[in-house]
Amino acid sequence: MNSSAQTAEIRLQETQRFFDLHLLGDWVIDNQLPDTEFVFEKLADSKNKEIEINTKALSNWDSGLITFLVKLRKYADREKVKVNYTNLPEGAQRLLNLAFAVEEREGARKQVKKVNIFTRAGNGFLNTLIRSKSLLTFLGEITQSFGRFFTGRANYQRSDLWVTIQETGVEAFPIVSLISFLVGAILAFVGAVQLVQFGAGIYVADLVAIGVVREMGAIMVGIIMAGRTGAAFAAQLGTMKVNEEIDALTTMGIDPIDFLVLPKLLALVLMMPLLSIYANLLGILGGASVSLTLLDVSVYQYMVQTIQSVDLVDLAGGLFKATIYGILVAVAGCRCGIECGNSAAAVGLATTAAVVSGIVAIVISNAIMNVIYTTLGI
Amino acid sequence: MPEPHITVENLTMAYGDFVIQRDLDFTINHGDVFVIMGGSGCGKSTLLKIMIGLKAPTVGNVFYEGKNFWSASDSEREQMSRKFGVLFQSGALWSSMTLAENVALALKQYTDLPAKEIAELCSLKLALVGLAGFEDYYPNEISGGMKKRAGLARAIAMDPEILFFDEPSAGLDPLSSRLLDNLILELRDSLGATVVVVTHELASIFAIANNSVFLDPDTKTMLATADPKYLRDHSEDFRVRNFLLRGEASPLND
Repeated sequence: MNSSAQTAEIRLQETQRFFDLHLLGDWVIDNQLPDTEFVFEKLADSKNKEIEINTKALSNWDSGLITFLVKLRKYADREKVKVNYTNLPEGAQRLLNLAFAVEEREGARKQVKKVNIFTRAGNGFLNTLIRSKSLLTFLGEITQSFGRFFTGRANYQRSDLWVTIQETGVEAFPIVSLISFLVGAILAFVGAVQLVQFGAGIYVADLVAIGVVREMGAIMVGIIMAGRTGAAFAAQLGTMKVNEEIDALTTMGIDPIDFLVLPKLLALVLMMPLLSIYANLLGILGGASVSLTLLDVSVYQYMVQTIQSVDLVDLAGGLFKATIYGILVAVAGCRCGIECGNSAAAVGLATTAAVVSGIVAIVISNAIMNVIYTTLGI
Repeated sequence: MPEPHITVENLTMAYGDFVIQRDLDFTINHGDVFVIMGGSGCGKSTLLKIMIGLKAPTVGNVFYEGKNFWSASDSEREQMSRKFGVLFQSGALWSSMTLAENVALALKQYTDLPAKEIAELCSLKLALVGLAGFEDYYPNEISGGMKKRAGLARAIAMDPEILFFDEPSAGLDPLSSRLLDNLILELRDSLGATVVVVTHELASIFAIANNSVFLDPDTKTMLATADPKYLRDHSEDFRVRNFLLRGEASPLND
């Protein structure tokens, strides 16, 4: 870095009785430091067990010099070589002593253990068992918490519930409007292109209405909630965990599940069906706007066709799904947050896990419910 | 003859319209252990933030070796701050990195050293603070005192000319706090650094400081700047003596 820096050099001269070790130039980390391996090789080859350090030509030094001295002293201690450090600058001697002042604690250094494939498979299986058990424990705790809620003994703040309802419900309106309107429009596009070929353009109304009310409304809201609210739950609870705020609640005799998880779960379960009714409406509007521009149908025709195509059972089926998605997203978000590790990176991982597991749970549960609906003829 | 290292001139600091301290003037010499002291909420930490470049002063200047810190360009200021080592109150270690990685980050950013030498330097810095062998530990696996020392190892990674400490003894037991004080002095002597400490721990103040400034939250300005031991025995300001004697000062007779 500094152009006027002198090259750092090291010279080793062997006399009859001892080694003369010369340190020259600027031993600073910005400078190119010399290779010192040859010193140890030479020392190992010789029977001489004494080193005299000479620093007359040493100008500047910093940690670059000390790392070499530490290596030298470790070697000397191991090989019983006597080194005279007294010619070193005073600061360097003190730093060297400080570096050896606290001995390395026995067993402190982490060992890298090699594990074979069977051990790994076994550990993986055991971890899955432990994780499933912790999930079941968490579900059990939530169930108990709901029990306390219905008997009026749950310890939570009503204001928390209202704030969470505001955050998950009202504040999600703009994004829910945009996404469901567009999804409705996309369904209409796809349907219009295909159905017009058969002269059945009017059935776009059926396609949009059934598609949105039975499936897409709830799914889209569920995915928005997983990305928006589930992630927020996990990040909030995870940060509280890192700051020991959850421990603080426990020591005051406040159950963190009651106090933190319950209001979040309630808010989401209440808001999901409402949001999906709204999403259904917007989806049908989106479909209508596309159909009325692309197809030769009147507003009245389209409305009658839509009303005929869906009944209350379809709507109830959709809303039931939405409620289930709400539970899944809230449980995934809260669980990932509560089980977060103790570092900033762990909060990031917990948030990612909350979103991913929320969306996966939505899709899997949707498939299962569709099988059940079909079997029951709903 | 002591050479001035840091000069604070006519400094006023405020958050918006709310003035914390005004008219601060003091000089820190090379090799000083300088303590910024005062009661809770007097603006000690804010002053530290201004000195290390995290918050701009409202009025006034900070000079390092005669060079104006806050009127310098951003890149010059960054150049100047590379000579600082800062130990934050709770260590502020990056929790997703091991101790060795924490120490290594600045070395990797600002030097061209090969990985092996960086690893050796990290081990050296950790050994200096008594954490030899803990290279591969994550911050959440070690105790609070060890986090402080690891933070110190990170602060001295680049062989700084000035070391800043924010409440170094907060949250430490008396023995660990004493050891940390000794370590600060030892590092000052061997690295030849200037040390600036924010603290209100009296034992620690008298053990390490040879210069200080006393900030008062009521008058919102400094009341004195001198060696704290001298201030304790001879300060003409009752509030300063009272602080340094834990509220047991008697009015001066002379």
